[in-house]
Amino acid sequence: MRSSNKTSVAIMLPVTLAILGILAWHALAAFHLFPESALPPPMQVARGVGEEIGLGLLDNVVVSLYRVSVGFLLAVGLGVPVGLWLGMNERARLATLPLINFFRSLSPLAWIPFAILWFGLGDRPAVFLIFMAAVFPIILATTAAVAEIPAVRFRVARDYGYSGIQLLTQVTLPAIAPQVITAMRVTAGLSWVVVVAAEMLSGKDGLGFAVWDSRNNLRNDLLVVNMIVIGLIGVAVDRLLVQLARIPSVRWGYEQ
Amino acid sequence: MSSRLALDIQGVWRSFGAVDVFQDLSLEVGAGEFVAIVGPSGCGKTTLLNLISGYDKPDAGQVLRTGRMRMIYQQGGLFPWRTAGQNVAMGLRDVKDAAERQRRLDEMLRMVGLEGFADHYPHQLSGGMRQRVELARALAGDTDILLMDEPFSALDYLTRLRMRRELALMLDQKPCTVVLVTHDIEEAAQLADRVVVLSERPARIRYERCLGIPRPRDLTSQEVVEAVHAILAEMGIENAARADDRPLELASRRGVKENDR
Repeated sequence: MRSSNKTSVAIMLPVTLAILGILAWHALAAFHLFPESALPPPMQVARGVGEEIGLGLLDNVVVSLYRVSVGFLLAVGLGVPVGLWLGMNERARLATLPLINFFRSLSPLAWIPFAILWFGLGDRPAVFLIFMAAVFPIILATTAAVAEIPAVRFRVARDYGYSGIQLLTQVTLPAIAPQVITAMRVTAGLSWVVVVAAEMLSGKDGLGFAVWDSRNNLRNDLLVVNMIVIGLIGVAVDRLLVQLARIPSVRWGYEQ
Repeated sequence: MSSRLALDIQGVWRSFGAVDVFQDLSLEVGAGEFVAIVGPSGCGKTTLLNLISGYDKPDAGQVLRTGRMRMIYQQGGLFPWRTAGQNVAMGLRDVKDAAERQRRLDEMLRMVGLEGFADHYPHQLSGGMRQRVELARALAGDTDILLMDEPFSALDYLTRLRMRRELALMLDQKPCTVVLVTHDIEEAAQLADRVVVLSERPARIRYERCLGIPRPRDLTSQEVVEAVHAILAEMGIENAARADDRPLELASRRGVKENDR
């Protein structure tokens, strides 16, 4: 009973707060403190939803989600193995960590001109930018997680006859899973931020392009529609990835 | 090596840099014998276990062992991503028949009183329950030599006393050779057939004490108290003469307390 109570509270509280926020927004717009274009009132934005759907909102959602999925999965698929290797190889780690930190510190948006030069317009530059945003944090988190596995885990594994590839699949991978999942949550959020920015400058479609397009047409009400959709999808993506942290065999990493 | 010996440590030398840990140390452990190794901290007890288990190699001399050996670590030995049942099942990996493996798994869990906890993860168990899972895993399958590195030191006092009792009862059902490294002299005297006291580095065997009474033993039983007193006296911590002119138990208990202070 208590946990279902807790769940309903966890839904009720943010919904209440959001309604209060919309009311405050409505009040602020009603007083005309700003011109309507600078603060489109909520009702106007609500009416804009239908118009934006007519302009291809759903297609833009699919396009942006596709780019994020490809870039993010490429980053995980490459970042985790590289992190495993660096975690196990101290020399390689010493050699590359400063470089990886260097690239991690570069805003992926700085790559936009090169992304366009190298990949043109469309999916590929956006995928590249998302990859650049996600891969370095994934590598660093995986490397640290591998390097921190207590030595006793491998001793125990050998005591019980595990060897070779089994040490990887039965010790290393389950041992780093909680930290890698946390890194995936963080970088998925980062990727979603980056796709919008990437599409604003290098796109012809996608939610980021729609934001830019609304602005260019002086339709800030439609811009807000896109902003709301972007935010809601970001929350949904995080909710989805939180499910990974609920897998019973990784719970220990969050509860100890 | 005689067939009656499970472990034969012959003239072992080991040093780390300038630190000589062992110079010509020898120790024999008979098959089925329970040997406890005590000594001042840093004297090389864990190094000795590492040499016995083969994790570390001596600079000179040799360590002969027979049979399957398993080790229980102070803590962190359980895989946190595996349930209690899955952890214990690690000890049964070479049992090929699935039904037989399950039967023996259930038997081990029953033996440590964790039948209802097979699906619990280690972080959902108390410290005492976790060490019982470790024991079940180590004794599952056919273990000949059990090495224990201060297995109960992370537990609270009463849990520690209970675990000693459970270990004794388990060894009754699944007998094997045991080498227990501990700094807890009471634990050594309550459990071991023979307590080996090591000196400061380079460690040599300073004193040995055999206890003949069956396990599980009461902590306050005459022979255990006498052994504790003798070991403490030998280490120069307790007054050797005191035992003669006062009731033995009182003298020893007080001596232990003074040591703790």
